Amino acid sequence: MSPGAAAPPLGARIVAESRVVAALGRRSVRQAFRRPQFLAPIIIFPSLFLAVNTGGAGRAVDLPQFPPVNGFLDFQLAGAMLQSTMLAGVSAAIALALDIQIGFVDRLVAAPIARWSFVLGRLAATGVLGVMAGLWFLMVGLVFGAEIVAGVPGAAVVLVLVGLNAIAWGTIGAAIALNSGSPSVAQGIFPIVFVILFLSSAFFPENLLLEPARTIAEWNPMSLIADGLRDPIISDLSLRPTLEGLAGIAIVAAVGAALSARGLNKKLRSA
Amino acid sequence: MTTGLAFELRTTWALMRRAINEIARVPAAVIPAVLAPTIFMCGLAAVFGNLTQLPGFTTDAYLTFILPVGFLQGAAFTGAATGVNLARDIELGWFDRLLASPAPRGVLLAGTVLSASLRVLMPITLLMIVGLALGVNFPGVDGLVFAVFIASCFAAVAACYGVILALKFKTQAAAPLMQAGVFMAVLFTTAYAPQELLTGWLQDVAKLNPVTQILEAVRQGFVGDVTWADTWPGLLALAGLGVLMIGLAMRGLRRAGN
Repeated sequence: MSPGAAAPPLGARIVAESRVVAALGRRSVRQAFRRPQFLAPIIIFPSLFLAVNTGGAGRAVDLPQFPPVNGFLDFQLAGAMLQSTMLAGVSAAIALALDIQIGFVDRLVAAPIARWSFVLGRLAATGVLGVMAGLWFLMVGLVFGAEIVAGVPGAAVVLVLVGLNAIAWGTIGAAIALNSGSPSVAQGIFPIVFVILFLSSAFFPENLLLEPARTIAEWNPMSLIADGLRDPIISDLSLRPTLEGLAGIAIVAAVGAALSARGLNKKLRSA
Repeated sequence: MTTGLAFELRTTWALMRRAINEIARVPAAVIPAVLAPTIFMCGLAAVFGNLTQLPGFTTDAYLTFILPVGFLQGAAFTGAATGVNLARDIELGWFDRLLASPAPRGVLLAGTVLSASLRVLMPITLLMIVGLALGVNFPGVDGLVFAVFIASCFAAVAACYGVILALKFKTQAAAPLMQAGVFMAVLFTTAYAPQELLTGWLQDVAKLNPVTQILEAVRQGFVGDVTWADTWPGLLALAGLGVLMIGLAMRGLRRAGN
């Protein structure tokens, strides 16, 4: 655009930026499929963990305080999806940190595009990968005998929540990458994901966790998301758990967005 | 002959030292592997601790039951990390220089896998400190020494597995395969519950998986006394896996040199 020329209308700008975000998102999804290091934490490890938990602790449904479920696999599916989407966020952090390290982000910052588009592209890809992981775990569940009590609408709610949760954790991943710029630091977050999950109702009913995990789980927003994801699988669709799940996702996204904005500003100042 | 042996021992020790130096040089890469078994132990105990209420559970302290899993998990992930490091050395061309050196293939393998046997002491030391602080039964000096010995040997076996894959794929992209393999080997056992309380396919797989015998051998001192009856199946399984993995790793090394 020459100096003094009128800025393009808002609609045209939005379309142009959407194209950039879509292109960067497609690149990120392709990158995940090309490099097993990025895909394994999203699909392979949560699937193995699901298999081990189901076979190893399946008799837990015989405990008197266990909520009524068709089977332990039904109960565990939400935990696997949660784990998968959180690890998708960490994988996105590693990928973004690598982009920063090799100078790809600097080139995008210098390009005539909105400066947040590379973050948004990465988030869009993480959301897509989250929905794909959700579909994978629903299929695995159905193949191995789980039931989705709320039927197709319930499955749709699960996929929406999984996708949104992946985006929320993508903001946390972006915050880690932008603030540290180091793939090693992002890699180091993996164990923390498990700490957060173990201290929530992702894998076991809250009332059956041992102290102090039970008390922490009551305050952990991941418990809200886990219960929201699980509800349509083990019972009829109801509004309250879904809204609570969305509230949990909003908490994670708010923290991630605030930290990402801080990291992006820092990055742009140094660029 | 003695000079040859002394040279081989010196080379093995140099390779082990190089692998151990990486702990100080790249701590960020090591910390997650050191912390992971302890995090899993505490997390799994908090989550599944009430499984001990099930009739037939062999102990009422789940933390004590699950801690030995951490020993093998630490060993397995240390072994997988050895494979990833070798893949990196292959990518960077460093391993080609080792192959061109006069060091015998067996020495190259020994230096690589024995470093895993030493490195595993880090995660299991942390595991024991945290476990004892949280009230895990002390297995006695004999039980502890035996458990550490088995974990060190298992780390070497897992490292051989990592070496096999690193030599086959020659890329760090094979890391998930290395990690997934050892993950399945350790957790597709009686890791979470006694054999009778496992459900479905895992009950059959755990019965056939030789790592179950190794885990039970490590676990015996924590949940009871160390007995020969619980020891020999574990030693036999470890020896069998060791012979198999060393044989396959040596075959891979011989092919790599051609």
